[in-house]
Amino acid sequence: MSPVFYLIAVITVGGALAAVLLKSVVHSALAVTGAFAGLALMFLSLDAQFAGFAQILIYIGAVAILVVFAILLTQGSEILTDAVFSRTWLAGFVIAAAVFAALGWAVLQSAPVLPNVSAVPAVTVHDIGVALVGRYVLPLEIIALLLTAATIGAVIVAMHEKEAAK
Amino acid sequence: MQEAISFTPQLAASPIAKILWLIPAVPILASGVIALLKQPRRQAAAVLSIGSLAFSLLLSLVAFGHVVGGWAHGSAVRETVNFTWLQFGTSPVELGWVLDPLSSIMLVMVTFVGLLIFIYSTGYMAHDENFTRFFCFLSLFAGAMLGVVISNSILLLFMSWELVGLTSYLLIGFWYQKPSAAAAAKKAFLTTRVGDVFFLLGIVWLFAQTGTLLFYNNGAGSLEGWALTGLLSQPAALGLSAAGAIGLLIFAGAAGKSGQLPLHVWLPDAMEGPTPVSALIHAATMVAAGVYLIARVYPLMQAGALTGSTSTALTVVTWVGASTALFAALIAVAQNDIKRILAYSTVSQLGYMMAGLGLGGVAVGMFHLITHAFFKALLFMGAGSVIHGCHEEQDIRHMGGLKSAMPVTFATYGIGMLALCGVPIFFSGFWSKDAILESAHGWTLSQAPFYMLLFGAILTAFYMTRQVSYVFFGAWRGHGHAHESPRVMTTPLAILAFFAIALGVIGTPAWPWFRSFLGDQAAVVDIHAFTEPAWLMLLLTSCVIVIVGIGAGWLLYGNKSPAAETPDVLEKSAPWIWVVLHNKFYIDELYGVTFIAFYAWWARVADWLDRRVWGGAVAGITALFGLWARLNRFLDTNVVDGTFDKSCEEISTGGGLLSSVQNGIVQNYLRILALAVVALVAFLIWSSRP
Amino acid sequence: MTPLAGYLLIAALLFAIGLAGALTRRNAILVLIGIELMLNAANLNFIAFWRYSPHPEALTGMMFAIFSIAVAAAEAAVGLGLVIAIYRQFHTTDLDKITRMKG
Repeated sequence: MSPVFYLIAVITVGGALAAVLLKSVVHSALAVTGAFAGLALMFLSLDAQFAGFAQILIYIGAVAILVVFAILLTQGSEILTDAVFSRTWLAGFVIAAAVFAALGWAVLQSAPVLPNVSAVPAVTVHDIGVALVGRYVLPLEIIALLLTAATIGAVIVAMHEKEAAK
Repeated sequence: MQEAISFTPQLAASPIAKILWLIPAVPILASGVIALLKQPRRQAAAVLSIGSLAFSLLLSLVAFGHVVGGWAHGSAVRETVNFTWLQFGTSPVELGWVLDPLSSIMLVMVTFVGLLIFIYSTGYMAHDENFTRFFCFLSLFAGAMLGVVISNSILLLFMSWELVGLTSYLLIGFWYQKPSAAAAAKKAFLTTRVGDVFFLLGIVWLFAQTGTLLFYNNGAGSLEGWALTGLLSQPAALGLSAAGAIGLLIFAGAAGKSGQLPLHVWLPDAMEGPTPVSALIHAATMVAAGVYLIARVYPLMQAGALTGSTSTALTVVTWVGASTALFAALIAVAQNDIKRILAYSTVSQLGYMMAGLGLGGVAVGMFHLITHAFFKALLFMGAGSVIHGCHEEQDIRHMGGLKSAMPVTFATYGIGMLALCGVPIFFSGFWSKDAILESAHGWTLSQAPFYMLLFGAILTAFYMTRQVSYVFFGAWRGHGHAHESPRVMTTPLAILAFFAIALGVIGTPAWPWFRSFLGDQAAVVDIHAFTEPAWLMLLLTSCVIVIVGIGAGWLLYGNKSPAAETPDVLEKSAPWIWVVLHNKFYIDELYGVTFIAFYAWWARVADWLDRRVWGGAVAGITALFGLWARLNRFLDTNVVDGTFDKSCEEISTGGGLLSSVQNGIVQNYLRILALAVVALVAFLIWSSRP
Repeated sequence: MTPLAGYLLIAALLFAIGLAGALTRRNAILVLIGIELMLNAANLNFIAFWRYSPHPEALTGMMFAIFSIAVAAAEAAVGLGLVIAIYRQFHTTDLDKITRMKG
């Protein structure tokens, strides 16, 4: 494992940890953005350039901003008086740890059978485009439909309903 | 000497024998009808009662005529009608009635004397408000007594016997508002009951031993040859055979009913009842039932007697009878109540009858019974007339000089008294008593009964003279005016007086009709029997007795009429003897401290047992049940309900607990999801391991 | 440890962290952030497996990851809209306080 990998790993995991552990929601949003960036670098190091840049564009450029907007609209930046974690936070951590243990153990168990080295895949954006409208045209269309529905749905859900506010 | 006519027993039932059951049934039926009548219907009650008994008298006369006719033609009549009432497995309970000389003559006597007394009662009880009830009981009594007479089954006899005892109780206690009357009735019932217990034992033993309840049953009856030999061969205790023991037990029952020595205490107290009751029941009929019973079972009593000697049972009967005769006569000397004197006289004469049975046989005892019935009923009814005329006065010291005020009563009473004393030749009492004295003289075992009976006869004459002197002679010491009784009361007296004289004819040695009739022999008229030296001696003795007795009585009491407060002549001369005799030898007091005190103690023990032990046991069981109930309730409330409630609570709590899983916190749901997924994944990994 | 295993481990770690955040934080938005992290971890898994797969020219993994990103974006939009709507109703984003689904 190259040191680059460790660096990127530290950034990603650190950002994720910070996002989960920090008190202020805004700080958590910024931290998760850092995690997203780390992930994008990871994608790049895995020779998935398109995925990496899509990650940066969509996650950092859209999702993170959405989160910030949501924090804005729910006054999440107020000084918190209650505890940050729920009263039974230990159970949650334990379960998460259990999940990690299970997954980690699975990975480590199957480590010997995982392929070691592989050639760099010669994949261009052109190939991705061709695949999208070729083989994966159906998922593409469905995604489009989904996105449309999501947009409409989000607008409707978050809309001010004057009558319901009474 | 006439040649002996052969008597062939006639067993087929004649028409009269078949309807013999009507004789007791009709009076009982009349009694039942009267019981349904209301109190004011006196005439109906009297008519029913007298009519039913008259009907019974008619039938009895027909039956008597039939038996006499058969006897005159040389056939011994003993007709039985038997039937089975119940069946206990293989042993049948048989009832039945018998028509033979003994029962026929007794039937005539009972119905005739009974009818006269019934007619007398209509006058005597005319002012009593319970007239109808009286006749109801009288009819019931008459029916029961007739049932005793005709009975061929010892069970039927016992049933009628008990009914007789019951009606005696009802009649003695007729004026039950008087405590003394109620007590006397109870005493009578209980005392006769003591005898009846032994009687019942005898019955049961007899039935068990012979297997039959019938007396005469074509040779299979308990008084007939085969059964008697069986009884004789069976030994009982104290050297007696079963026959002897049963005989003694039956005699115990008879002793109770006939007032023999230890069980005589009820008879004088029974005078609390109305005088017709005393006349009918306690002179003529019920008390005679005991004597009749012994006469009826005489073959049993006599069984085992060697010729010329007597059986053990009859010896006992004789001794008891003679003792009673003397004992009661002694007491009668010192009494002052007119009826009580007669009552003790009855006890004494019953003793004579029993002694007669034991010494001389059925005919001797029964003849005295018949004659006694007539003159004693006469005497009692006369006493009733006197009491009625003296305005319910009963103490002889408050009477006197009634011979001019009540002439008819005096005449008839006098005849009765002379008959009782045994004045020779003219009066029936002489002939019957004489026969008894003759048998006693001829008894081989001992002469003591003879002397006891002799002395008793002297005493009888003495106290009767005393009584008659006090009542009829001398000066009037009562209050008010004495008046003669109405015709309806004096006519029966006259009729009875006639018979008190006339009956003597059938018992003379010259013409022993009665004895022959009962003994199934031909009656031989033999005037020369009067000239036999033994009989002449006896005649002389009787004359001496009578003269001594009446003479002494007249000397001491005749025409003297001392005032009621002055003590009696005898009392002045021999005060200790007088006190003992006047207090009836303190027998009642003796019974009081022994039996009755024991019984009272026993009753207290039983009460204590009942309340503490049995009651305690019951209370204990009740408490146990209460405890059990409480335990059950406790279990039910706490265990069952508790369990149920608890389990419902548990379910509720469980539900609550389970529902707390869904607390609305979304993250919890997520956690559980994650956990489940982890588990699933782990399972998958683990199961797919090579 | 092969590179692939390393990437997978990182992905597992990220997933666990995202899960921990989704399960323990009180603020609803942070739960959504956690969910995003989980989705990203899954994406990493896909890309890693695509990179070391025998036929990377089939582009299966890459496609999956791209579509996943798209879906995640849509879902984030809707989810955050929901959070805003809930906030309007309850005036709080504290999940411990929103227990209307209590059974």
